[in-house]
Amino acid sequence: MAQLVVPRERARRFAPWSVVGWLTILLMGLTMFGAFIYAPTDRFQGIAQRIFYIHVPSAWLAYLAVFVVFIASILYLVRRSGFWDRVALSSAELGVVFTTLALVTGSLWGRQVWGAWWVWDARLTTTLVLWLIYVGYLMLRSTMGDSPRTARFAAIVGIIGFIDVPIIHQSVNWWRTQHPTPIVVTPGENPALPPSMLLVLIVAVIAFSALYFWLLNARYRLETQRERIAELRRELQGAADV
Amino acid sequence: MIAKAALILEKDLRTELRAKDILTAMAYFSLLVLIIFNFAIDLREVSVDAVAPGILWVSFAFAGVLGLNRTFVREQERNAIEGLMLCPVDRSAIYLGKFIGNVLFMLIVEALTVPLFILLFNLSAVGFGLVPALMLGTIGFASIGTLFAALAVNTRTREVMLPVLLFPVLVPIVIAAVKATGFAIGTISPDLAIPWLNLMIVFDLVFVVVSYLIFGYVLEE
Repeated sequence: MAQLVVPRERARRFAPWSVVGWLTILLMGLTMFGAFIYAPTDRFQGIAQRIFYIHVPSAWLAYLAVFVVFIASILYLVRRSGFWDRVALSSAELGVVFTTLALVTGSLWGRQVWGAWWVWDARLTTTLVLWLIYVGYLMLRSTMGDSPRTARFAAIVGIIGFIDVPIIHQSVNWWRTQHPTPIVVTPGENPALPPSMLLVLIVAVIAFSALYFWLLNARYRLETQRERIAELRRELQGAADV
Repeated sequence: MIAKAALILEKDLRTELRAKDILTAMAYFSLLVLIIFNFAIDLREVSVDAVAPGILWVSFAFAGVLGLNRTFVREQERNAIEGLMLCPVDRSAIYLGKFIGNVLFMLIVEALTVPLFILLFNLSAVGFGLVPALMLGTIGFASIGTLFAALAVNTRTREVMLPVLLFPVLVPIVIAAVKATGFAIGTISPDLAIPWLNLMIVFDLVFVVVSYLIFGYVLEE
């Protein structure tokens, strides 16, 4: 039975997403070329500045992912479809992965430029707290197992966690700040970032976004199949009992 | 609505005042945390005024989680939660009653702990600025705390799950409450304390309203 189901699913679903997959690979290659060869070396920060092309897109994805969790959680509570619950779960996992990546790359850069692995600066602290909230979210899901109740409870945490982010940011911002202010979007006439660096950054952000959607789809399909297997197993169990 | 919430509050207060087990445990525990901190930080070397607000709030946070964890346990134990859900009241009324109960319990514990805290740490001047700091901090703590307690009681790991979910979300309240308490002790000037009190007001309003609206989704089956 399983052999009949799998190839048909693959034939129907794989095609459009493989385009996103190839696009991601292409854009990622371009990003690496841009980050290591095309972009000039920063006069003050030296070679360490190049981690910026991975750090900034990762941080962007971290926040994008938790925003998707927030929207999917609301839609789950309203519509009650397993689709939105699986989207929320997949995006929360990606959120944790990219938050971790942003924290690690930021820490490496901080060691070179600030001379410290970690400082309790506003943006770092907000991102760390964000990481803690969504690790808690995943822990809640894993202790509860599969049930509509899990989906409901997770949705509640997903909503509260996201609403909290701006308040956390404001509070740690008043508490202290050391992170370099974003110079990409300064509201002046011309941005402080040289055009070649900005170009690489834009390509990197697009590449990472494509990666996010590709991974989200892959994780979503994995979750669908996992639930299907659990369902089949229960059916077989039922048949065996009769 | 308010009357129904008040009935739930009255029921909880009455059971608690008869048994007194949770309040006693919370007060005892918060005192215990103060004493442990006394050993953890050598107060002959560190300025007491600088660390005191932090110690006070760590003690309230731990004692608070202890109390919050018990919010729905009594209902859960003999399936009384089903009786509560069968009552012709809105789910939000249950939230409101439980939330006010938690705020009251925490404030009682704080009122007992603070004099001992002043005594044990030899604090010279504690102003009335402490009152808004404690009130706003406690309301913020109990707002999400009551909501998450209702989630945590339904998980396998119960008592562990609540602080795991709650503490990261409460970071703004912890920072703001510690700063506002610093103002009451005299380490922070009044004009620096105002933004923190405002931040707590915003946090409290946002999360009391959101928790109130979302609570119905916790108790469904």
